Amino acid sequence: MHLNEEELEVLRIIENNSRIDLKDLAKMTDLAEADMEITLKKLEDMRVIVRYLTVINWAKVDEYHGVTAMIDVKVTPKRGVGFDDVAKRIYKFKEVQSVYLMSGAYDLSVIVEGRSMNEVASFVSEKLSTLDSVISTTTHFIMKKYKHDGTIFDQTEEDKRIVVSP
Amino acid sequence: MIKTSYVSRTIAELKPSGIRRFFDLAANLEGVVSLGVGEPDFVTSWAVREAAINSLEEGFTSYTANAGLYELRAEISRYMEKQFHVPYSPEDQIIVTVGASQALDITLRTILNPGEEVIVVEPCFVAYAPLVTMAGGIPVTVQTSKADDFKLTPEQLEAAITPKTKAVLICSPNNPTGTQLGQEELVMLADIVKKHDLLVISDEIYAELAYDEQFTSFAAIDGMLERTIVINGFSKGFAMTGWRLGFVCAPKEISEAMLKLHQYAMMCAPTMAQHAALEALKHGMQDVEDMRRSYRRRRNYIVKSFNEMGLDCHNPGGAFYAFPSIEKTGMTSMEFAEKLLTEELVAVVPGDVFGKSGEGHIRCSYASSMEQLQEALKRMERFMNNHGK
Repeated sequence: MHLNEEELEVLRIIENNSRIDLKDLAKMTDLAEADMEITLKKLEDMRVIVRYLTVINWAKVDEYHGVTAMIDVKVTPKRGVGFDDVAKRIYKFKEVQSVYLMSGAYDLSVIVEGRSMNEVASFVSEKLSTLDSVISTTTHFIMKKYKHDGTIFDQTEEDKRIVVSP
Repeated sequence: MIKTSYVSRTIAELKPSGIRRFFDLAANLEGVVSLGVGEPDFVTSWAVREAAINSLEEGFTSYTANAGLYELRAEISRYMEKQFHVPYSPEDQIIVTVGASQALDITLRTILNPGEEVIVVEPCFVAYAPLVTMAGGIPVTVQTSKADDFKLTPEQLEAAITPKTKAVLICSPNNPTGTQLGQEELVMLADIVKKHDLLVISDEIYAELAYDEQFTSFAAIDGMLERTIVINGFSKGFAMTGWRLGFVCAPKEISEAMLKLHQYAMMCAPTMAQHAALEALKHGMQDVEDMRRSYRRRRNYIVKSFNEMGLDCHNPGGAFYAFPSIEKTGMTSMEFAEKLLTEELVAVVPGDVFGKSGEGHIRCSYASSMEQLQEALKRMERFMNNHGK
């Protein structure tokens, strides 16, 4: 699907700040507010904009005890549907956050979130590895997130410029 | 008792930069949102910083050739050809300098005999006229106006030329107005320059920050390559102000003369900064593109907001400055900037520090995060509601 320059520009802006005020967004892209509403609606309807998300550094929140694991999964592809069928069976589990088909040593990369290591371990041993097509799984728990989806989590860079300069 | 000052008359008579005074005012206040900064808000890309770290780790701590690392000059030559379609030989037409400021300094000191005039187009960067004076020349200022979008007209240029005129100093896109000269405008100016056998010093430091129209280098205009000295550098487009790395491209005769001055005065630009610049040119163009996009959005946003709040503002084609008129408030630009600073804690630069024709305007840099811009504009709108007429 082809998008025009204004539509691309809208996507670039809201990818970094989905809370931006519609009026400001229109000003930044030189569109009228009404046109901006139409553009956003169109992008939503086309599912180019799939969801408006917030990136939260849960590690900073004491009340949060969740864990994330990246699981390398080797599977046997099925005739006719290749990897899609097994991928679909995997991504339907609510614990699964992402599923990617990979090149290299394994086939699917599955990102799973749970409330504890035990919960993730149970999911892997009881749900994931018992699927028919799954040959093997290797689970890596994420110990600390430094950068996520392009956002550096511990970044505290201040503006080091002097207040007025030539 | 000392009867005479130790300071030379030339320097004693120079006026200190008006920006400096305003900086002192703003620096003493807490909670200032600044639109007064003439440099990118982006930190130099990590790949470029990493190249400098690597340069140090590898032990490149000695001088380079006077004109700069050959590899860097060759890359600059490719860059100038590819981006601006101007051919400069890395052997004898490019000098790597300590910022575009030093490039300007050695240019003026190389070409000027005492008493020769340089036409300086105002409003302009605060250092132009003093640099001409320090080089023994006489700055002749031409005042542009908002009615012409702060563009130098051929008539204005012709009227300013005297038998003593040696060169015209032009900055496009311009600091402080953001005005960019298009190809047709450059052609008309070039005709007059050729007719009077003048040089053009073209400060193209903001060349990478052109938003609506393709940037045209003065040197790319027919017959101008041999009479144009291009000043450029890494500060603005590549967000490398603190590295102090610029370059100058000039006809061979001038460039070779300039190199003498450069080697005696500066020896060479810092080696690790040169390695960083090499990385910027080789792999940093996507970063430049991303930054340009970001500035363009903010330009659209700030200019529209100014016009909505009654600060009449032309649409600047490049750089990262908006230059709205504050005339309807009845204040001078200095009064406006001081009041805005003390009442609302927003720092902008009064337009008159860039020359007489800047009076009635303020320079607002939009090289700030959207959050900062939104806050500054909110405060300025309140200020205009209190003081706008």
